Amino acid sequence: MMLNEMQLMELPQRGGEECGQKNDEASQLPQEPGRRSFLGVLGFVGAAAAAAAFGIPLIRYVAYPLSAAAASAEKKWIDLGPLEDFATTGVPVQKMVSIERLDGWQKTDTQQAVYVTHDAQGSVAVLSAVCPHLGCSVGWHAEDAKFVCPCHGGCFAANGERLSGPPPRGLNSLPVKTAGGRLLVNCQPASKPGTSA
Amino acid sequence: MKMTVQPNRKAERILQWMEERTGVRTFLVRVLNEPIPGGPRWAYVFGSGLLLLLVTQLITGVALALYYVPAANSAHTTVAYITKLVSGGSFIRSVHAYGSRMIVVLLIAHLGQTFLYGAFKGRREILWLSGVCLFLMMMGMAFTGYLLPWDQRSYFATAVGTNVMGQAPLVGTLMKRLLRGGEEMGTLTLSRFYVLHVIVIPLGIVAFVALHMVLFRKAGPAGPPQADAVEPRLAEKPFYPRQLAMDVAFAGILLVILVALAHFAPVGLGPEADPSSTQYIPRPEWYFLPMFQWLKYWEGPRAVIGIIVAPTIVLLLFALVPFLDRGSERRARKRLLATGAFAVVLGGLVLLGLLSKRDDRRNPGITRQLARQEEEARRYMSQPFQPVLAAPAAAIPVSGQAKAGQAVFEAHQCTICHGDGGVGTKLAPRLIGISSQLSPDEMTALIKSPNAKMKGGGMPAFKGTDEDLRNLVTYVQSLR
Repeated sequence: MMLNEMQLMELPQRGGEECGQKNDEASQLPQEPGRRSFLGVLGFVGAAAAAAAFGIPLIRYVAYPLSAAAASAEKKWIDLGPLEDFATTGVPVQKMVSIERLDGWQKTDTQQAVYVTHDAQGSVAVLSAVCPHLGCSVGWHAEDAKFVCPCHGGCFAANGERLSGPPPRGLNSLPVKTAGGRLLVNCQPASKPGTSA
Repeated sequence: MKMTVQPNRKAERILQWMEERTGVRTFLVRVLNEPIPGGPRWAYVFGSGLLLLLVTQLITGVALALYYVPAANSAHTTVAYITKLVSGGSFIRSVHAYGSRMIVVLLIAHLGQTFLYGAFKGRREILWLSGVCLFLMMMGMAFTGYLLPWDQRSYFATAVGTNVMGQAPLVGTLMKRLLRGGEEMGTLTLSRFYVLHVIVIPLGIVAFVALHMVLFRKAGPAGPPQADAVEPRLAEKPFYPRQLAMDVAFAGILLVILVALAHFAPVGLGPEADPSSTQYIPRPEWYFLPMFQWLKYWEGPRAVIGIIVAPTIVLLLFALVPFLDRGSERRARKRLLATGAFAVVLGGLVLLGLLSKRDDRRNPGITRQLARQEEEARRYMSQPFQPVLAAPAAAIPVSGQAKAGQAVFEAHQCTICHGDGGVGTKLAPRLIGISSQLSPDEMTALIKSPNAKMKGGGMPAFKGTDEDLRNLVTYVQSLR
C-alpha cells in the first residue's frame, strides 16, 4: 500500500485524475489539498528565503572586485619633468612611470611606458603605449617616424593619430596638466574596454 | 510534489525521457521511499542536518578560497581583506566559522542519539565505524581550518595541538614534523594544513558520507529503541513526505540560527601571529577545551598516559561500541552500563570544559591577559584594512655608481625609515619612483638639508663625502 503513490508517478498519466487523492490513507499527507499546498508553499518560500539570505551576499562577495568600492579611487598625478624638456615637437619622448596600484589585498608597483609628444594643435600631450587594438605595447620607430605595434602592425603618427592597420582609433591620450612649470600626467584614468594594460 | 490538478503532459514527457536515459525517477523513488520502522521522528533529523551544514561549509569555503592566500606573509592579510573590505566577506566568513561549531554540536547530537537508541546494533558495525571515521575527519577539518587565519590564537593553538601529537610514542615526532612541514611552525605548515583542509579531508568526507548512506540504506533505519535491531516488525512509513518535511524544517532552523549569528555576532580577527610573543595565552575553541584542561593534570613521565594513552583508549572504546554492546536490547534504560559509560564520558568532557573556564576565572593574571587579548583583537578589527606592499617589480640592473650608492644607503641607516630598497614604511615615504618627482640636483639639495616636513619626520642632514652623496643620489634615482 505504501508504494502506491510512488508507483502512480511511474504510470502514464491518465487525464484528469489527480494521483494524490487516490491513496491518502497510505501516505501521511494531510488529507486536504489546501493544507498540503500550504506546506508546499511554505517550503518553497522557506527555500527562497534561504537562497536569498545566502545567495545575495554570496553574489556580492564574488563580484566584489568588479565594484567601484574595490577600484582605487585616487587619481595620481605623476611628475614627468620640467616642461622645457618636452619643447621639441615631432619626436615623442618615452618616459617610464612607476605607478602604485592596489592589486587586491596588496599594493604593487607597476611600470608603465608613456610617450610625451605634441598633438595636432601643437600643445603637449601624453600618449599611452598600450595599443587600442588588443593591448600590446607600441614602440616608436624613429627611422619611419611613426609608432608601430608589433602585434598586428597598427601604425600611428607622432601625435598618436591612427595611420593604418586594425586599431580602431589612435593612441589613447592621457589627462595632463602643468603645475609649477612641470608636466603632470594622470596614469589611472577609468579603463576603456579592450585597452586595459 | 504536484500542486496542480491538471497533469502536465509536457513535463511528464520530459521526465519520462530523462527516466529512460538516466533512471533518475526510479532512483528518486527508491531514495525517497526509504521505509522507516515506526514512522518518521524528530530524533532522526541530525544526520541530514549535518549533511546540510557540510554543504554550507563547502559553499562558503569555496567563496573564502577566492580571496584567501595560504602563505605566512599573506594569510592574515587576506583574511583581514575578506573580513574588512570584501562585500559580505564578514558574513560569509562568520557563516563558515559558526557552521563549523554547529557541526560539532550536531555530531554530538547525532552520535548521542544513535548510541542511546542502540541504532548501531543489528549488523550495523561497519556503519558505526564509518560514522566514527567521519567524526574524526570533521575534527580534523576543525583543527586544520583553525590555523588558516594565522592570527595569534590560531598560531599558538596549532603549535600546542601539534606538540600534543608529538608526544605520541614512536610516531609522535615524525607525525608532528610531517604536519608542521619541519620542526618549527611556518609557511609550510600553513600550506599543508590548507591542502588537508581544502581537498584531502573533504575527499575523505565525501567518500565516507557516501559509504555511510549506502550502508545505512542497506541495513535500513533501526527505528525506535523498542524495535528489534535486525527485524523491526513495526509498521513502516516512508521517508517521503513526513521525515523529509521534518528534516527540511530542522535544516531551516539551522539556517536561521546560522544567518542570525553571522549577521548579529560576526566573527572577528585578532592581530597577526607573533611567534616571539611571551605574553600570549592561547585558548582553544570550546570543543577542544576538555582536552586542554585534561593536559594540565599530567606531568613528567606520566604525561604520555594522560595525553596519549587515555584519549586513545576512549577513542577505541568509542569505535568498538557495536562490538562491546552486542546484546539485542536497544532501550537505553535497560543498557545501564552503556548508558552510564556514555553519561560519564560526556559528563566528564563537559566538566573538564567548565573546570578550565573556572581555572581561568580564578586566576587574575590570566583573566587580565585574556581581557587584554580580547581588547587587542577588538582594536585590530576597528582599524581599516591595510594593504600589504608587494615586492617591487623586476629589478633593473644597477650601475656601479648606483651599487656604491646602495652601500651608502644602507650604511647611513636609510633603510630603517625608508625600508629595504626604498619601499617605504610607516615612518618615511617610498623612494621607489621618486625620480619622477625630484631631479638629481633637487634630491641632492634635500638630502644635504632636509625641508621642514622631512625634519619633522626625523630625517637627518646628510653627513659624508660628496662622492658618497653623488652615488647615493644615483642609487635613489635608479629605484623603480
